[in-house]
Amino acid sequence: MVEIDALKKWIELFGEAVTENKETLNQLDSDIGDGDHGSNMTRGAAAVKEKVSEADYDNLSDFFKDVGMTLVSKVGGASGPLYGSAFISMAKQAKESDDIASLIEAGLEGVQKRGKAETGEKTMIDVWSPVASALKEDKLTSDLIQDSVENTKEMKATKGRASYLGDRSVGHIDPGAQSSAYLFESLLKAGVLNG
Amino acid sequence: MTMKKIINNPDQIVDEMLNGLVYAYDSIVERIPETMVVHRKHEKNGKVGLVSGGGSGHEPAHAGFVGQGMLSSAVAGQVFTSPTPDQVLEGIKAADEGEGVLLVIKNYTGDVLNFDMAKDLAELEDIEVESIVVDDDIAVEDSTFTAGKRGVAGTVLVHKILGAAAEEGLSLKEIKALADKVVPNIASIGLALNPATNPEVGKPGFKLEEDEIEFGIGIHGEPGYRREKLQPSKDLAKELVTQLKKTCDWSSGDQYAVLVNGMGATPLMEQFVFMNDVKHLLADDEGLDLAFRKVGDYMTAIDMAGISLTLLKIEDAKWLEYLNAPAKVIGW
Repeated sequence: MVEIDALKKWIELFGEAVTENKETLNQLDSDIGDGDHGSNMTRGAAAVKEKVSEADYDNLSDFFKDVGMTLVSKVGGASGPLYGSAFISMAKQAKESDDIASLIEAGLEGVQKRGKAETGEKTMIDVWSPVASALKEDKLTSDLIQDSVENTKEMKATKGRASYLGDRSVGHIDPGAQSSAYLFESLLKAGVLNG
Repeated sequence: MTMKKIINNPDQIVDEMLNGLVYAYDSIVERIPETMVVHRKHEKNGKVGLVSGGGSGHEPAHAGFVGQGMLSSAVAGQVFTSPTPDQVLEGIKAADEGEGVLLVIKNYTGDVLNFDMAKDLAELEDIEVESIVVDDDIAVEDSTFTAGKRGVAGTVLVHKILGAAAEEGLSLKEIKALADKVVPNIASIGLALNPATNPEVGKPGFKLEEDEIEFGIGIHGEPGYRREKLQPSKDLAKELVTQLKKTCDWSSGDQYAVLVNGMGATPLMEQFVFMNDVKHLLADDEGLDLAFRKVGDYMTAIDMAGISLTLLKIEDAKWLEYLNAPAKVIGW
């Protein structure tokens, strides 16, 4: 059972993390993409904060839907629809369950459906998938998140703009995986899992 | 080199363009307030809605094809950037007349992703949505913004045929089936003489030498397949026709629609010269029946100098009828 306030805290911390690491994300994206992932996520996070921080929510679903639609409308590029799909899929799942593991699992399914990617393709899914599995067993740790991000370094991109680089994408951390890591680090910090 | 353009602030260019467009043609179109959606003004009459859109910079595509007999609404993104799903959703909502909506998407990764998501969002609001992805550019596979082939000027023929079919009262299912038949019969290929300058970027997207042209260029300046010295129009036409023939595999007597499309900075005089060469090659030499012909700026790439050639094999006489049907739009 998760509380809306804890979820708000989570999304707020995520916003702070991407904003603080804006240049890091932009740099990661410059290496293998078009260099704007940090700027786009920062813009999205600010809009989400404005949207949800003062709002009152009766249920989790409405909260997730607001987060999702705001990301969709403000982030742009591929990340907007991907993160947006994650949260909108979570909004649908929240009508069935308020268990965080099942919510993140639904988010992962949303990203996979939208991006048509599997694990091992050097995308945000390479963080979402191990995190979802760990949450099911109540074993999510910061180390697991960090390892998942590091693992994308040796992968070859076969989806998204980085795939044009082929073998040259190897040796770089995927920016979407990195921003997803901030998302789940924030989940740990916000105390969502302590409830 | 400074960018020489009639603009104010590059950030406002799309907003200001849309306002100017709907003001100039206010009997045909209107802008849905607070959105990047241009919607047709004619009365809703329970027909299937047709929505397209994409990054700006391809004018008159797509807002120029909004109106009776073509698109119900067009959604504009930033220059060369897909519109976001919430904006596409607004376009769908405006287009919906209760019979469902079909999305015409050019095959770019961003467009497909954003329009697909909009489709899901519309379904959450109980609007039935189908989509068709146009991938008519035969020049290259897997380009800068694309998995597979790019969607280019042939998209406009799709707008026209599906728009006329919707106007005739076909169901969403029938229009989707029609789209699935038409799109594989379209093939396009282009060339550039000079690159485009995206006003949001401020410098040309690529570089060509003074006397150089590039075959197979995309409508965002994506790389083509070969660079050569500038040559006479008839030789340029010959190269494009040769490439198209490999894909289309036509026989003498086959019926085709042909579209000669300017890329933005190519004078109509040159476009007509090129059409004359295309006529010699396709009608006179190859014996094709070019039953429908268009020349002009339909799918541009800002200020790129260049041209593209699109062929649609007319497999069904009804397609020709749809191409010739009246359309009350700005750019057809």
